[in-house]
Amino acid sequence: MQEAMIKRAKELLADGSVDRVIGWKRGEFTYDITPAVFTSAEEIDSDFVCDDFTAANVSKYLVKETQKEGKVLAFLKPCDTYSFNQLVKEHRIDREKVYVIGIEGGPKLDIEKIKAKGITGILSVKNEDYTLRIETIYGTQTMPFYEAVLDKCASCKSKKHVVFDELIGEDGDVLDSNRFEMVEKLENMTSQERFDFWRDQLSKCIRCNACRNVCPACTCENCVFDNPKSGIDNKAPADSFEENMFHIIRAFHVAGRCTDCGECSRVCPQHIPLHLLNRKFIKDINELYGEYQAGADTTSRAPLTDYTKDDCEPSVVHERGVE
Amino acid sequence: MQKISKAKLYELFDDIASKQTLYIPTDREAGAAEYRKYESGMKLTKELNTVRSAKDFFFPQTENLAEFKIDGKNIEVRDIREECEDFVIFGVRACDAKSFTILDKVFLCEPVDSFYKNRRDHGTVVTMACKRPAETCFCKTFGIDPTVPGGDVSCFDDGESIFFLANTDKGEKFVESISSFLEDGDTDKLMEVQTRAREIMGRLPLAKLSTENFGGDKLNEYFNSDKWAELSEACLGCGTCTFVCPTCQCYDIKDFNTGHGIKRFRCWDSCMYSDFTKMAHGNPRLTQLERFRQRFMHKLVYFPANNDGEFGCVGCGRCLAKCPISMNIVKVMKALEAK
Amino acid sequence: MNNDTLIPKIGVVTDIRQDTPDVKTFRVIAPEGGKVFEHMPGQCAMLSIPGVGEAMFSITSSPTNKEFMEFSIKKCGCLTEWLHAMEVGQQITIRGPYGNAFPVEGDLKGKDLLFIAGGIGLAPLRSVINYVRDNRANYGDVQVIYGSRSKDDLVDYQEIIDEWMADPNIEVNLTIDNPQEGWDGHVGFVPNYVKELAPSTSKTVLVCGPPIMIKFTLAGLKELGFKETQVYTTMELRMKCGVGKCGRCNIGNKYVCKDGPVFRFDQLGELPDEY
Repeated sequence: MQEAMIKRAKELLADGSVDRVIGWKRGEFTYDITPAVFTSAEEIDSDFVCDDFTAANVSKYLVKETQKEGKVLAFLKPCDTYSFNQLVKEHRIDREKVYVIGIEGGPKLDIEKIKAKGITGILSVKNEDYTLRIETIYGTQTMPFYEAVLDKCASCKSKKHVVFDELIGEDGDVLDSNRFEMVEKLENMTSQERFDFWRDQLSKCIRCNACRNVCPACTCENCVFDNPKSGIDNKAPADSFEENMFHIIRAFHVAGRCTDCGECSRVCPQHIPLHLLNRKFIKDINELYGEYQAGADTTSRAPLTDYTKDDCEPSVVHERGVE
Repeated sequence: MQKISKAKLYELFDDIASKQTLYIPTDREAGAAEYRKYESGMKLTKELNTVRSAKDFFFPQTENLAEFKIDGKNIEVRDIREECEDFVIFGVRACDAKSFTILDKVFLCEPVDSFYKNRRDHGTVVTMACKRPAETCFCKTFGIDPTVPGGDVSCFDDGESIFFLANTDKGEKFVESISSFLEDGDTDKLMEVQTRAREIMGRLPLAKLSTENFGGDKLNEYFNSDKWAELSEACLGCGTCTFVCPTCQCYDIKDFNTGHGIKRFRCWDSCMYSDFTKMAHGNPRLTQLERFRQRFMHKLVYFPANNDGEFGCVGCGRCLAKCPISMNIVKVMKALEAK
Repeated sequence: MNNDTLIPKIGVVTDIRQDTPDVKTFRVIAPEGGKVFEHMPGQCAMLSIPGVGEAMFSITSSPTNKEFMEFSIKKCGCLTEWLHAMEVGQQITIRGPYGNAFPVEGDLKGKDLLFIAGGIGLAPLRSVINYVRDNRANYGDVQVIYGSRSKDDLVDYQEIIDEWMADPNIEVNLTIDNPQEGWDGHVGFVPNYVKELAPSTSKTVLVCGPPIMIKFTLAGLKELGFKETQVYTTMELRMKCGVGKCGRCNIGNKYVCKDGPVFRFDQLGELPDEY
């Protein structure tokens, strides 16, 4: 697929259809890939990469890119297209300035899962018929491909591109995923067990803001947590209450807009399963207002910003909270 | 050299922990180690290093500086500092041990930061030599030999025993305090282990990375480099690199109303954050390019300019492993060097 | 444990003067009387209202004043709004002194001095001017060129009229940006006025004001034949610790709070243009 992408990118640059290409740039090792903007065929030939490690969702970069002159080619995986649509819907991306090529999605790999097996000194990772062959300074190691798949890919919601100008490869379908399994597990806990689970997870937070800054739903010009006038602009939690509330407030703020792209959990240096907070909201919205997938289109009205007479009564919160 | 059989190591830990607080690197979950207060039954991690660096012991993410009681127009300042209790950190890697000497240059120069010094005075750093460096390691670039780590006491693992070597007065005292557990040991096997580790160091992907093109005299050459735009393009402006970095020491000072007074605390800050230099009437670093440049110029140019050529990086590789977009000091160095 | 500079002392506000519509000058003493600490002209202090904020302000009074310190503060943010709302008798916290000073006992000694200030930029220079007036024999000619948007925006106007202009040993030239009823003095921007006055290039210059004024003044001085080594200024960037450790007020490898705030233009020229 990488070859076909490179070919198309160079063609579109050469005929002037686009001025820039956003994709992924190869790094020092086999896995340290950086989202990047390419402007020439030479750069693309030497650095462009699309492989098992190009998991980063480039949609959010298009907010900045479409504020510039000219048109940009974006390669979007199925999950990325939902983020893209949602940003178009929120008028954060100028659709006219983007040429979208839909590409096959994952499953992409999580290098941290490979390292968690005790594999170190990694020089290369090859997928040989769904067995990973990992060359290291300490010799060759193997592990099953599926044990190294990113969490966000392991519970993939859709192989369908909800927006594209052209496709490389086949389009897929919305999947009947298992993505709410863990949410259900949490729902079935007692409130004390659930509190303990989240305290344990959230106490790991180092407040680096990676989750917020990578999140395609977090595009405020000035975040409430950065605004000295908000009174909650602390860079570190002053106490455990604040430690909890940062992520919960963020989840509330993206509720109904989060497409479940999973980037928050992917980038968390402390492996906090932040996507579970968002998924709880998605599951609740589905149950209370009917099935809704943020980013599936750019025109429908979102349940949380649309009033209908059939909307559940606010008391549902209280009723559901009773154990 | 004095040694203890690995089979007896946890007995030793129990003994140390009965006298003072002991911290060891242990697994929080598979692949993620952190320093925790030792309790019987806790096991050392097999990971090379912890996710968060060891700087937390001396420069914690948040700490209280003072308290204020306000009564009408009057303010009372309460000095809440207390002498810290003695503690031991076991298993610090050579890179993190070196980071303490870098932090010392900031916090112990005049006027001395008493909060940092208090912890530093009461902490004994017991290091552990590396045997299995990772591909992200490049401490050698900064003149560190991970097979001979610094700290108050250096430990070496030859597979069967742990050897102890005191480097400072504090270290001597510590080794003396555990002498009943130690016996004299033969270091032949240890030398072999060291030789092998050094040989691996030479084969690491970043073994050839050098600082020769960096230093205090490179200010104008690199500050105005046209590479910064491309390097910083994908930067999310998060603080991951800063917060996992053992040498990053920028901080913010904040007040918090507890309901019964005002607590003034300091917390880690990041030059990558948009409000780091923001003033009521402007900001000298308006875009991520300037903020990104600051972090790397500080480590590679400004810090050595002010500290006799010492760089503000120890090559621990945490930012290489943790940056959400995999942009890091190695890529910056290579890009700046490429003419 | 030794004192820590981050733990502040208490200051009592004993006098508040409304200097301009948005500048007030606060007189601060220690609770037991006298100054909280000694300083040299150009140095700064961290003032704070706990729970509101803490910020760096230059000490506008001269060290020769043995009774109190003064701070001229422009209302421009959360903390300064709070300070402006204070009444006499209010306690604040104060720590310092921070930074270097104008070299009044070094390079400036025996020199002819030219002070150029714009708006609130007079605050740090006032400390030096009064220090020089109190040690008049140590310095040559003294000239002050000071301008503001309007007559009402001239900080310390009363002291300028009553003391400086009455002092035969210093020359004072005032200007305002636009004509105004009741003003028969010079009208025009400071950089232009400096060029008109064409002061002798034998003078050592101390300049402080808004960045744009400093920029044009420096260009004008160069046109007149002044060298960068003759011109000093004082910088302001965001600060938190005051002692070069918190890491935010650097220009290149120099920390404004510790290595500055006073810089000579040739020294600034060697630093990156990031201020």
